[in-house]
Amino acid sequence: MAFLDFVPNLGRQVLLTIPNLGAAARFLLRSLVAVINRHFSIQQLLKQVYGFGVRSLLLMMVAAFFTGMVLGFQGYYALVRFGATSALGTLVALSLLRELGPVLTALLFAGRAGSALTAEISSMKATEQLSAMEMMAVNPFAWVVAPRLWAGIIVVPILCAIFDLVGIFGGYLISVPVLGVDGGTFWAQMQSNVTFSGDILTGLFKALCFGLVVTWIAAWQGYAAQPTAEGVGNATTRSVVTASLAVLGLDFILTALLFT
Amino acid sequence: MAAEALVELENVHFSRGPHPVLAGVDMRIPRGAIVSLMGASGGGKTTMLNLMAGTLAPQSGRIRVAGQDLQTLDFEGVYRLRRRMGMLFQHSALFTDFSAFENVAFPLRRHFRLDESILRKLVLMKLEAVGLRGAAGLMPAELSGGMGRRVALARAVVMDPMLIFYDEPFTGLDPISVGIIATLIRRLNDALGATSILVSHDVQETFSIADYGYILAGGKIIAEGSPEALRASDSELARQFLGGQPDGPVPFHYPARDNYATALTGSAAAGEVI
Ligand SMILES: Nc1ncnc2c1ncn2[C@@H]1O[C@H](COP(=O)(O)OP(=O)(O)O)[C@@H](O)[C@H]1O
Ligand SMILES: [Mg+2]
Repeated sequence: MAFLDFVPNLGRQVLLTIPNLGAAARFLLRSLVAVINRHFSIQQLLKQVYGFGVRSLLLMMVAAFFTGMVLGFQGYYALVRFGATSALGTLVALSLLRELGPVLTALLFAGRAGSALTAEISSMKATEQLSAMEMMAVNPFAWVVAPRLWAGIIVVPILCAIFDLVGIFGGYLISVPVLGVDGGTFWAQMQSNVTFSGDILTGLFKALCFGLVVTWIAAWQGYAAQPTAEGVGNATTRSVVTASLAVLGLDFILTALLFT
Repeated sequence: MAAEALVELENVHFSRGPHPVLAGVDMRIPRGAIVSLMGASGGGKTTMLNLMAGTLAPQSGRIRVAGQDLQTLDFEGVYRLRRRMGMLFQHSALFTDFSAFENVAFPLRRHFRLDESILRKLVLMKLEAVGLRGAAGLMPAELSGGMGRRVALARAVVMDPMLIFYDEPFTGLDPISVGIIATLIRRLNDALGATSILVSHDVQETFSIADYGYILAGGKIIAEGSPEALRASDSELARQFLGGQPDGPVPFHYPARDNYATALTGSAAAGEVI
């Protein structure tokens, strides 16, 4: 029964999503172009960059450290069978730079900053703060949405770069002092096999796309929420779930496109 | 009603989906007056304020504010007009991450580049006018309901608007705060030479300060006139509303489906009646 319900349910979800997608796309466009509105302020943008950064930095660093250490263990386990532990530095770095850094940063960002952003915008809507702005002839897209959206686009690549660095350090700590891989080889191999444009920039570009998508979904869910206490709660949950799935889906597409 | 009209509505129709909210409304708000707008909850009063402020557009009909036809104005034109309007929202709508001072300063900061000392003077003057100069540094969460409403009022008038909207300014306040707000509405209107539109259920308090009143029911204006004229109105609907009688042309019973037994025992739809 449940399975038979699944197909029409999925169909209904898709049909319900399509008109919403149009509205969400218009929302994104309005927010992106609001940078030229006279009520857009660099100060607000910096405040949001700082807010997002402070909110997620420690979380990112802890997560990155553990991820890097696990990569060290698992990579060693796989490589030691082929006597190829000299490639461990390369493995850790490539895994982080190309894949785990951008994806995990984006997922953590969606859970931490994205959900907070949805809650903030939807409560501003529920308490008529957005309408009040509109009444004061201040465009809420320029004052509220645009700075947050652009801040997401700026912050996620930066957080990703930090994630990569901390992760590589975690991988090094396990590989060299703990598992006894030669330190010189670890770094030298990494240096000669990681390319700047192919690996580092690709990863940061992914992070930028994820930053846009996560912040867009979070802001849109907040903006489109039912203006009630329950609506705020629902929107926050939906924001995290949708943004996480979108990151994973988009990651597949980007990886396929950028794969070289 | 000889005075020139600041706001004019002509045969305004507005609906949300298939559900008509306003079905042909005509109104005339004379310059300098406090005009009250009364009607049942969900009757379209807030919608009407939004139409006059240009945040919503009617499906048909004309709305003129200060001689300008809102339907022919572009986005910039509406925004320019709105800078000369103030609105006190039903839930105050203060910005939660700004202090009382910064809330009041917000429109000034966004629209003008003022010297900090001049800005301070202007903001404190408005806070003084609502009796809250001393609360300038408090955050919205630290203000009582009545104080929050007064800070919002100071913010609504900080640009010296020509037109002020009040959306249920008395709702949820204690009797003393209600009296204070009512006095402030009258005093600010006259001091600023503004025109005010006051949406309220509080007949007593509203009629004590309003110059003229409209009663909205079923998407139409069913009665209008001075407070005395409205009180003496022979319209049954107006009498029911002003007298607060539970039953009359607006029925006490929400239309039930079959009999009250089904409503009591159960379905979710019946549960919503309450
Ligand atoms: N954003 C909205 N979306 C859909 N319907 C709305 C919205 N706002 C108000 N309505 C509906 O429009 C009608 C009039 O609402 P409103 O103008 O707020 O009434 P009032 O202020 O007189 O209580 C109500 O039936 C309400 O449910
Ligand atoms: Mg209302």
